[in-house]
Amino acid sequence: VSFEASLQRLQEIVDALETQELPLARSLELFEEAITHLREATVELARAEATVKVLRERADGVLETLQHDA
Amino acid sequence: VSEGGRGRAARQPGTPSLFERDPQPAGGSVPVKAARARDSADPGALPGTAISVTTLAAITRDIIEGSFPALWVRGEVVDFKPHRRGHWYFALRDEESLVRCVVWASDQRRMLVAPDDGMAVLARGMLTVYPARSELQLRVVRLEGVGDGLWRKAFEQTRARLERDGLFAAERKRPLPMLPRRVAVITSLDGAALHDVVAVAKRRCPIAEIVVVPAIVQGDDAVGSLCAALDRIARWNEADVVIIGRGGGSREELWAFNDERVVRAVAACAVPTIAAIGHEVDVTLCDLVADCRAATPSAAGERAVPVLDALRERVGRLGESLGTAGQAAVRGAARRLASASRGFTHTAVRLVDDRRARLDAVAGRLTALSPLRTMARGFAVVTDARGGTVSSVSGVSPGDALRVRLQDGVIGVRAERIERDAPAAPAGGGDR
Repeated sequence: VSFEASLQRLQEIVDALETQELPLARSLELFEEAITHLREATVELARAEATVKVLRERADGVLETLQHDA
Repeated sequence: VSEGGRGRAARQPGTPSLFERDPQPAGGSVPVKAARARDSADPGALPGTAISVTTLAAITRDIIEGSFPALWVRGEVVDFKPHRRGHWYFALRDEESLVRCVVWASDQRRMLVAPDDGMAVLARGMLTVYPARSELQLRVVRLEGVGDGLWRKAFEQTRARLERDGLFAAERKRPLPMLPRRVAVITSLDGAALHDVVAVAKRRCPIAEIVVVPAIVQGDDAVGSLCAALDRIARWNEADVVIIGRGGGSREELWAFNDERVVRAVAACAVPTIAAIGHEVDVTLCDLVADCRAATPSAAGERAVPVLDALRERVGRLGESLGTAGQAAVRGAARRLASASRGFTHTAVRLVDDRRARLDAVAGRLTALSPLRTMARGFAVVTDARGGTVSSVSGVSPGDALRVRLQDGVIGVRAERIERDAPAAPAGGGDR
């Protein structure tokens, strides 16, 4: 699931919980689903800082990313 | 032709005298050929040694070809005719003179487009002689427009072809990913564009990985290099968004981004593309075909990645809203439960009341709470093997597998025995 899909679903669930009178079981089901998306999104946003790389093609055609020094 | 001829006059006094009868050599130095021409045994010196027309034409061509370096000639194109084998024939003229020109198909690779009659051009070529008519002919190897006539024609022709294929259609534009993990940047490794993209993208979103795919962005090798870079990205298959661009430059320097092969390769890119080519006023065909056009490389960096802090804040707010909404949902359900409590056991109602009281107590600080806190206070949700919520003992048999959802996880349990409560008198303390 992409980040924006997670975020969108999270928003939908919050909207549904806020505006609709859902049975308790359904609310909890949605809530659990939302927690999963929230966790995924949070993990995605907590990734470590990344460096700049350069994509190089070796003589044998294999592509590799190397640290870019600049 | 007259310019070239005049310029060379000093070096070629002997050339015309090959066929002259004048016994006096012209000038101080006597050209070898001229001297030999007076020898009665030489070809063409006497009726008996007359040379053929073909020989004459061949000699003329050799002399012309050997006497002129490649020249830039300026003039107006007239009488343009494409040959069925791909060669172009035309003449260059000015107010007084005209010279025939040819562009062999093999020499057209580096040319933008065929010129039209009336276009003012600069043609670089080698002077030769077309033997069938002993006619001077300039073999043109480079052709540039004076003004933008030739550029505009090439641009419009390519644009029309791409437009016919629907490559500029608005519905082709794909949205950019909100949070790309990897941003591929096709540009020159030592250009200012790369620095700008990296600086902006890193400042906004340090967790996004920027992967430079080096390419030559101007000159004869740019088209092949840019296509190869796009091909590498396709084979690598790890990029979430691609920026293709370079800093500002002349029209000629930016031209590779109008090349049909490059434009089609950008259109075929599997992930969304951002074009950032030159300055805002420069619009190339790559800009038109990309999913997003950024005015500058810095702007491309902005479009490619979000401001991480703002996104984190948004997700944090969503989490809080989820907590609030979850609490409200539980509260609403509890209220509905209580109002329908007539058929419920006293115990159940007390449970609801108890929960309601607690919920009311925390109503003021709901935003900080998650419904999981409700579970933290000891509540659990029981579901059966099919995932359905179990709210009554009826329907549960000894031995049934059940799931008990607590605040921090799920316990898989098996029902041991069923103890049904005795029916209680309807309670009056509901939600009235």
